[in-house]
Amino acid sequence: MLAKRIIPCLDVRDGRVVKGVNFEGIREVGDPVAFAAEYDRQGADEIVFYDITASHEGRGVILDVVRETARRVFVPLTVGGGISTVDDIRDTLRAGADKVSVNSQAVKNPQLIKEGADIFGSQCICVGIDAKKTPAGNWTVYINGGRVDMHLDLLDWVRQIEQLGAGEICLNSIDTDGVRGGFDLPMLKAVVDAVNIPVIASGGAGKLTDFGDAFEQTDCSAALAASLFHFRELTVADVKADCRSRGIIVR
Amino acid sequence: MIAIVDYGAGNIFSVKNALDHLGLASELTDDAKRIEAADAVILPGVGAFPSAMRMLTQKGLTGVLKAEAKRKPLLGICLGMQMLLEKSYEFEECDGLGLIPGTVERIDAPGLIIPHMGWNRLERGVACPLLEGLPEEAFVYFVHSYAAKCPDEVLAAWVGYGGRVPAMVYDGGYVYGAQFHPEKSGAVGLQILRNFGGLV
Repeated sequence: MLAKRIIPCLDVRDGRVVKGVNFEGIREVGDPVAFAAEYDRQGADEIVFYDITASHEGRGVILDVVRETARRVFVPLTVGGGISTVDDIRDTLRAGADKVSVNSQAVKNPQLIKEGADIFGSQCICVGIDAKKTPAGNWTVYINGGRVDMHLDLLDWVRQIEQLGAGEICLNSIDTDGVRGGFDLPMLKAVVDAVNIPVIASGGAGKLTDFGDAFEQTDCSAALAASLFHFRELTVADVKADCRSRGIIVR
Repeated sequence: MIAIVDYGAGNIFSVKNALDHLGLASELTDDAKRIEAADAVILPGVGAFPSAMRMLTQKGLTGVLKAEAKRKPLLGICLGMQMLLEKSYEFEECDGLGLIPGTVERIDAPGLIIPHMGWNRLERGVACPLLEGLPEEAFVYFVHSYAAKCPDEVLAAWVGYGGRVPAMVYDGGYVYGAQFHPEKSGAVGLQILRNFGGLV
């Protein structure tokens, strides 16, 4: 059986790891290559760089980060943020990434998923989704960092991206993100049941047992967290030890 | 010197990065003479079987790989492993290098997600020098939709996914194949590549 994956995510701006603090501003906290190496040492199954570089000119910097990380870290690397064309995908993979994660651009231009999957293979196209519950009880998809509601039904969207050839879904819940009360299990379960591609849980991890809860209560393939690992409240090894003690297969 | 065969398929730099990290001298090449001169050969690969075999053939490398496999260590990785077998049925029937007995067919795992992607635990078969020194619980990273079907005599390791999915094949001589990506399999993968370097 495949092991459940634990994935730390690093927000990177202009080549440095950053972390938002209370919406006030963004604090720079370090060298992404060093962070990636540390997560690798802790047993991370995969590492995600999320590039939040605002300017177009700054885009090349993330590729240097990927290139340098790929020389030192020997687990799969995923890069998201700002990827909007097939050329962006190609450049990112050539720099040493194993997968790319497309989010807003995939909603605006779903053909990007199909073209990317046709040229590079489904296995390297992950679609990131930010979604939020509606008063009616379903969920809709948001873009631009969770700011714009596209009034697109989440379950319709995940079925569509599977058809287009996406290899994986990274599902972030706007409702639980930052609340630290656990992953959004109802949303996660609905998506896992709707598709037959791996789903990564994102948004809401606040304590050790949240990861195992997601694996026990849904068939998600992986769970991702940023700040929890970032501020060393927990290590990847701690999370895996908890999963292992509950009989969940982890590496 | 380890020759990494560069025939235009897949992310060969990650293999080179891992060998560099281990201090194992290597070069990327599509030159038959460099492959003949090397102490060992790695055949990487990502993508579809027929187009990869066509690229190898167009570059005139199938003959040299078959010949060199009789006199120096050869490691096929992922699609490179599959190309060591006799025949594949990915998209169309297509001959492989025929260095390992068996065929390549779509993974038969009803109800499970294809591709088989992620970390899975090695179960051991016949003794293989590349698997020495690994921990009891050794996980490696897979990404594939097709898998080898081969006799137990060449099966050095397999993983459970529906049924048994061959993970490492070994002919008992010079020919090794890893369905997983040792260059992306953390410390376990690096140990396997270090063992391969040790054969040189």
